[in-house]
Amino acid sequence: MKKSNIIMLLAAILPLGLFLFPLWKITLEAPQYPTPLGMYIHINDFSDANPHDIKNINLMNHYVGMKYIPEAIPEFKIFPLGIIITSVIGLLIAFKGNYKWFLGWFILMIALSAAGMYDFYLWEHDYGHNLDPKAIMKFTNPDGTQMGFQPPLFGSKDILNFRAHSYPQFGALFLALGIATSFVAFLIGKKTHKKSMTM
Amino acid sequence: MKNLFKLSIALVFIFTTYTSCNNSKSSDSKSGALADNVAEKVYVAPGEHDEFYAFISGGFSGQLSVYGLPSGRLFKVIPVFSQDAEKAYGYNEETKPMLNTSHGFVPWDDAHHPDISQTNGVVDGRWVFINGNNTPRIAKIDLSTFETTEIIEVPNSAGNHSSSFVTENSEYVVAGTRFSVPIPQKDMPIKDYKGNFKGSLTFISVEPEHGHMDIKFQLIMPGFDYDLAHPGRGASHGWFFFSTYNSEEASTLMEVNASQNDKDFIAAINWKKIEEYVNNGGGTMMPTNYAHNVYDESTHMATSTMKKEVRVVNPSEVPGAVYLLPTPKSPHGCDVDPTGEYIVGNGKLSANLTVHSFTKMLDAIENKKFAGDAYGIPIINFEDVLAGVVEQPGLGPLHTEFDDKGNAYTTFFISSEVVKWKVGTWEVLDRQPCYYSVGHLMIPGGNSQKPWGKYVVAMNKITKDRYLPTGPEVTQSAQLYDISGDKMELLLDFPTIGEPHYAAGCPADLIKPRSKKIFNLEDNNHPYVAKSEMDTKVVRDGKTVHVYMTTIRSHFAPDNIEGIKVGDKVYFHITNLEQDYDVPHGVSMIGANTSELLIMPGQTETFLWEPKQVGVWPFYCTDFCSALHQEMQGYVRVSPANSDTPLKWSLGEDIE
Repeated sequence: MKKSNIIMLLAAILPLGLFLFPLWKITLEAPQYPTPLGMYIHINDFSDANPHDIKNINLMNHYVGMKYIPEAIPEFKIFPLGIIITSVIGLLIAFKGNYKWFLGWFILMIALSAAGMYDFYLWEHDYGHNLDPKAIMKFTNPDGTQMGFQPPLFGSKDILNFRAHSYPQFGALFLALGIATSFVAFLIGKKTHKKSMTM
Repeated sequence: MKNLFKLSIALVFIFTTYTSCNNSKSSDSKSGALADNVAEKVYVAPGEHDEFYAFISGGFSGQLSVYGLPSGRLFKVIPVFSQDAEKAYGYNEETKPMLNTSHGFVPWDDAHHPDISQTNGVVDGRWVFINGNNTPRIAKIDLSTFETTEIIEVPNSAGNHSSSFVTENSEYVVAGTRFSVPIPQKDMPIKDYKGNFKGSLTFISVEPEHGHMDIKFQLIMPGFDYDLAHPGRGASHGWFFFSTYNSEEASTLMEVNASQNDKDFIAAINWKKIEEYVNNGGGTMMPTNYAHNVYDESTHMATSTMKKEVRVVNPSEVPGAVYLLPTPKSPHGCDVDPTGEYIVGNGKLSANLTVHSFTKMLDAIENKKFAGDAYGIPIINFEDVLAGVVEQPGLGPLHTEFDDKGNAYTTFFISSEVVKWKVGTWEVLDRQPCYYSVGHLMIPGGNSQKPWGKYVVAMNKITKDRYLPTGPEVTQSAQLYDISGDKMELLLDFPTIGEPHYAAGCPADLIKPRSKKIFNLEDNNHPYVAKSEMDTKVVRDGKTVHVYMTTIRSHFAPDNIEGIKVGDKVYFHITNLEQDYDVPHGVSMIGANTSELLIMPGQTETFLWEPKQVGVWPFYCTDFCSALHQEMQGYVRVSPANSDTPLKWSLGEDIE
């Protein structure tokens, strides 16, 4: 097996780390929460950073009319399937394909990841803006529009008495490494191809 | 005249010099105090934690208080033997059985001597045991929840005072009687006390995993008063020592008649030997009646069981298990040093402090150096058991604890001081006054093999002018001394609840990590739990109505109930659905003849309401739970007894 194909094999396997580690984490800090509230987003699940955190986030959020964080969302079925399929494709390419295919896989993964992020953004936006009209407390922006409570996609942001943090976790790192590795496989594959052409 | 003027100038000059000299002197002493800042030693900055927990008995309040050291801040009063309307202890249906006894429901007691469980002679921070003195009981407090989870009544006992001390692996918690009484109780003339009244010493086994208590045996001793006790440790593990007074066996004008003998006794009990005897079927099962009350954390309920017999053992049945060590005079505290070699008898009417030697005692037993016997129990020669005497240390010694450097600290009630002395050489090293008339004292771990000898807490019997006055009744008071150096240093006065008789302390790190934050709702096995708002309902059974209600920020479910009638017995079973730290909800119903409930997250509690008047009656949350706490309220419609208003309930919509 060629060196570049071995690297591609690694690239195809790495995203499977998403099944072991969370993808993202949202943390909410406030003075009354010496232990901040936190939620992990996995490829197939939401989970508490500390026991009962999601329940307590829901309890906080109901004051401003935000919906409860659902037990399950359609993405929890689609995302794992997407990762398995792309990994299988990646493996097939690693065994059968050449460097051009590596680049193809790289582009595919970038596109799918971007789509995933956009989907996440849409959910967050809806979660933060689609509020119950009977909300206990209604806040407006200085310009008179309804205040939204959308957590940041990436980074930190103040939302009322909370400071919200949103950052990738190990799962995302594995995915990113996998994607980057496929590009390395492409580069090395291309280089060796050129060498063999000149020889 | 001129001279007089000169003289006065001179005088003024001298005076000024003197005063300014005085000034500089006082500022000197100020900087001296700053260099050795007492306030800093007790200051625990906002948000920081104390180094030690101190569990200080509430005396006649019947409760146990939890303090931090060195700050002297009060964190919690744990209800033990007395009803507590704040926490609904003894008021709600779940905890009423905790206060059941063979005399029925007893809502009060006199809580005396807390002792923390031990493993290998070291305080382990799992449970605190404390005795109810008046209606003899021993309670166990679980230090993961800081709640009383078990109370066992002690039969054949009266004035349960030489209690509740644990052996070095918490094999037993031991309870000795203060009063001797007829055993079994019977109608007889009081004047026939002598020879007929007996004193019981009760060994209650502690199940190692959950701490369940069970009376293993009672030793039926001569009719003295058994005052205080401590277990042997290390080499003397397996023995237990009880101080006695009234070896005169008087029954009236005790202050005089029980103070006649030069020496009373410390009773030395080889409990291992008696345990072996009992394990082989020894002793007699005696009919009796006592309550055993157990609180189950999973059902959040207590049950009370009446037990009908107890195993009794007479000293004569187990030769070589019980001896009497003569000790001057009416000893109070009976304290064993960390090595287990020395037994200190704090003869409260004696001018000296008597210390016995465990090795000398064993030797005297082996060589039968006896001075006689009392009711067949050998009395060891005083000189043959005496290790030493602390000469003229003070007046009225009461109680001794130990540090980790071979020193002992004894309280003196009459001369109102704590005296530090050296174990082995018996020399007095230091003394510090107490304000006023100190009773007991406590060093964290000071009655174990491993004392943490940094502080001693003195618990005073008299307060008088130490704080702002509050009318004739003033607070009880404790004082904290730094004992890390050669000399003791008074750091702090702090008020205490009830009358603290004794205390137990340990490093906070032993307990803090195990302290529960919430009860898991999914583990709640209360028979009337509602684990979600879907499970809430109102069920009528004749004239009894059960309301399965929930609380969560910031509403009750249901919050409107109709169809209740005058003369009903309405049980509100309220489950707090919260699963967040420090979000209890309270509840109270207008006119309910009971206390509020204060329900911790994941817990279910029940109060009884018997409506007597037609109307629409409100209830509300009594604990400020959230921004919408004031909105957390509801109504119950009460109809006449013969009405046919249907039973209905709702949340968020009108009852049609």
